[in-house]
Amino acid sequence: MPTAPAEPRDDAAPTAKRIPGGTLYRGREGMWSWVAHRITGVLIFFFLLVHVLDTSLVRVSPEAYNAVIGTYKNPVMGLGEAGLVAAIVFHAFNGIRIMLVDFWSKGAKYHRVMLWVVLGLFVVTMAGFLPRHLMHVFGGE
Amino acid sequence: MTTIPAPRTRNAGPGRRTTRGNWELYGWVFMRASGVVLLVLIFGHLFVNLVAGEGISAIDFGFVAGKWASPFWQIWDLLMLWLAMIHGTNGVRTIINDYAERDGTRLVLKLALYASFVVVVVLGTLVIFTFDPCPANSPADLLPSFCTA
Repeated sequence: MPTAPAEPRDDAAPTAKRIPGGTLYRGREGMWSWVAHRITGVLIFFFLLVHVLDTSLVRVSPEAYNAVIGTYKNPVMGLGEAGLVAAIVFHAFNGIRIMLVDFWSKGAKYHRVMLWVVLGLFVVTMAGFLPRHLMHVFGGE
Repeated sequence: MTTIPAPRTRNAGPGRRTTRGNWELYGWVFMRASGVVLLVLIFGHLFVNLVAGEGISAIDFGFVAGKWASPFWQIWDLLMLWLAMIHGTNGVRTIINDYAERDGTRLVLKLALYASFVVVVVLGTLVIFTFDPCPANSPADLLPSFCTA
């Protein structure tokens, strides 16, 4: 099974009704942000492979490059780009959160609050990006 | 009475199981260091290419040629290529190690991963540095304006 790094248990007394969630990587916000970080990371990586290949067509001919980049301007691809940017923005902000958990002395204590800050910044950033990008994609020439 | 060594004592007990040094630690540090740099590089890339001006609808051969006429964007894109590929390859390597349980599966997936890494990084680096913004026999309206000057 996938291994999320386990946090040492700080409550030594074994209790029958243990509630998960007191740790960083078992259930709840800590685990789900970890899952989302992996999914967005893999998505971005595969796009990166494709993106270097399509950009490499500038070395073939202007016509070849323009033909491929033209497909990126199609509305379906435009929505895909919005999804890609969303994945990048989440991965970036949650990456900062991970660094704060690792290096800031109070990071582990506030990791849950920081996820909500990440999601808030994500919403603000996407609210700035989406209208402008969709305007470029759907706004005609 | 046996004494229990202090936690985190280097080479405590039967010793570490690998002799690969601190490789995984350097990888862990690299993910964080490159992550910060990539945040700046990629947000800048997205702003210049998708938000500023006409965004995606303005991107064509002339746009790319105009950017790579400047060493600033050549270095920017080169750094982005290398850092993102190393960061992404190391991330996917971790995921393969976590989910592929059979030795053979892990080996095949990681060989494919490392092969893609080499192909994409070498290809991308060559393209950035051997790019000709004004290829001969191309229609002038597809080329950046400085080609005709």
